[in-house]
Amino acid sequence: MNKTINQKAWYFVIPVFVLVAFNAAIPLMTVVNYSFQETFGNNVFAWEGTRWFKQILLSERFHASLGRQFAFTFIILLIQIPLGIAIALTMPKKGWGVPVCLILMSMPLLIPWNVVGAMWNIFALPDIGFLGYTLNSVGFDYNFTQQPGDAWFTTILMDVWHWTSLVVLLSYAGLNSIQPAYYQAAEIDGASRWATFRYIELPKMKKVLTLAILLRFMDSFMIYTEPFVLTGGGPGNTTAFLSIDLVKMALGQFDLGPAAAMSLIYFFIVLLVCWVFYNLMMKNEAQS
Amino acid sequence: MSLELKNVEKKVGIDTHIHPTSLKLEKNTINVLLGSTLAGKTTLMQIMAGLDKPTSGEIWFDGKNVTGMKVQKRNCSMVYQQFINYPNYTVYENIASPLVITGVKTDEIKQRVGKVAELLKLSAMLNKKPDELSGGQQQRTALARALVKDSDLILLDEPLANLDFKLREELREELPKLFEDRDCIVVYATTEPSDALMIGGNTATLLEGKVIQYGKTLEVYNKPENLISAKVFSDPPMNIAEITKKGENCKFTDNDVQWKSSVKIKDGTYRIGIRPHNITTYKEGNNSVEINGKVQISELSGSESLIHFTNGNLSWVSLSNGTQQKNVGEDTKLYMNTDEFLYFDQNNRLVNNG
Repeated sequence: MNKTINQKAWYFVIPVFVLVAFNAAIPLMTVVNYSFQETFGNNVFAWEGTRWFKQILLSERFHASLGRQFAFTFIILLIQIPLGIAIALTMPKKGWGVPVCLILMSMPLLIPWNVVGAMWNIFALPDIGFLGYTLNSVGFDYNFTQQPGDAWFTTILMDVWHWTSLVVLLSYAGLNSIQPAYYQAAEIDGASRWATFRYIELPKMKKVLTLAILLRFMDSFMIYTEPFVLTGGGPGNTTAFLSIDLVKMALGQFDLGPAAAMSLIYFFIVLLVCWVFYNLMMKNEAQS
Repeated sequence: MSLELKNVEKKVGIDTHIHPTSLKLEKNTINVLLGSTLAGKTTLMQIMAGLDKPTSGEIWFDGKNVTGMKVQKRNCSMVYQQFINYPNYTVYENIASPLVITGVKTDEIKQRVGKVAELLKLSAMLNKKPDELSGGQQQRTALARALVKDSDLILLDEPLANLDFKLREELREELPKLFEDRDCIVVYATTEPSDALMIGGNTATLLEGKVIQYGKTLEVYNKPENLISAKVFSDPPMNIAEITKKGENCKFTDNDVQWKSSVKIKDGTYRIGIRPHNITTYKEGNNSVEINGKVQISELSGSESLIHFTNGNLSWVSLSNGTQQKNVGEDTKLYMNTDEFLYFDQNNRLVNNG
């Protein structure tokens, strides 16, 4: 068969190529460029090799913010995943309650991130905010702008409020895809509610839960806007997660080299964790 | 031991899913619920099992009123159209699960699971998980789970519907044997008349939430009480026409085909039902009559030939043995075995039931 040679088709790829170049490849390469050089403005660059990477990897400041980041992500996953599943289990499966619940659940997800931050900031203010005022008036010494524990508590509460819905919606979709016959079979066997959950619902939700954990991990690991508006990383540096610390370094101190190196390390950590997690889940999948 | 439904009715909102039904199923019988989708087979089974409560009426089991008693407290098991097994249990654990829950000793579980697995040809795959098995094997696992328990009532809800043809045939042959020497009542729901004939036992024909007729399968098939029952228990669909009878002579209203009938009924107009396999391309029986037909569709199904044809206003199906290829639009001659005609009166009741 004779193949018609027509290279014009390549023109159709150009828009995508340009788009990807401008929004991913070129910015990333700029960061790579900065991470190996020192600049004093005026477009003067000096080669520094891996110096910035070594500096970041050995810096206590980076270790601290990375530690805070992992702690934060770990805590919110620990709360949001079980809570999300629990809420999904109690949601109605038919009737008018379904749309009502779904709409209520989607609400927090529709609110812009900085609005969430601002909302919670006002909500939690110890003197005028509903939450802060109530806590103080019932006897708690609560002030999220001054006490690190309270700042963490508020940030975590805000994230749980904002994002648990995502886990709920995914779990709910997973639960709804289970055929009623499974429940009946369990009922006939005389299985307890817990056994039904453990041996039918949980295995059937595995795929959506993997997705939920992965999404919540990535999102929370890259969290910026909400804690920035709520606490600004404070008090002190106690809620300065990786991205907040990164912006401080890049824009606050204008340390472009170290900041670029830190972004790349940050990027690789996210990539690595996702890859490892995904492969572990898929390996289990292949076994079963 | 028997299962008795007394005037059981099920309403959901304003819809009636099951009209008042009374049915008595005896011990050691296989009972087929035959009807199309939405006929109420599944609802009826769920009521029998106690998964669903009737709106009114009572269920008696073994001389006791069990209406409203929860399914866990009754000794029954169920197999579904979908292959329902615990996804992350092995086949062994799946089969053992009903026994584990009721606290049977490990040794006994081992022995009973082994026995059932052998019966259902699952011995080689006891350590596999359900997704590693073929559809047929998954359904065998589900069947094994139902059998291992020694239930008083085993409900099979279209268990073969999701299997491919070969597996279906294979399992269909085995099924009646599986229940042969068991002290239980088996209820088998299906949409296919051929399933009912193959399984035998008793059959209840259902339509739109009503039990039309219940009795020995062959009796229901050969002597349907009425036209509806005959229609439900016929695949391909039954051919129906209006006739007039005068003395021994019968004649279709729609054409001039005539035959002599020895059926002892009054003169008048009747409706007759002719099963497709009683209209053939060859003569069958001593009293066959000829009918002309214009071929609409001609299809082969295994070693049988289905010919859809029209004759005036009549649009009928015939089923002949062997491969009889006809061209569409061709005029052809077919033969009806008049001995097998079912005569129904104006109220659609069978009249030649003697």
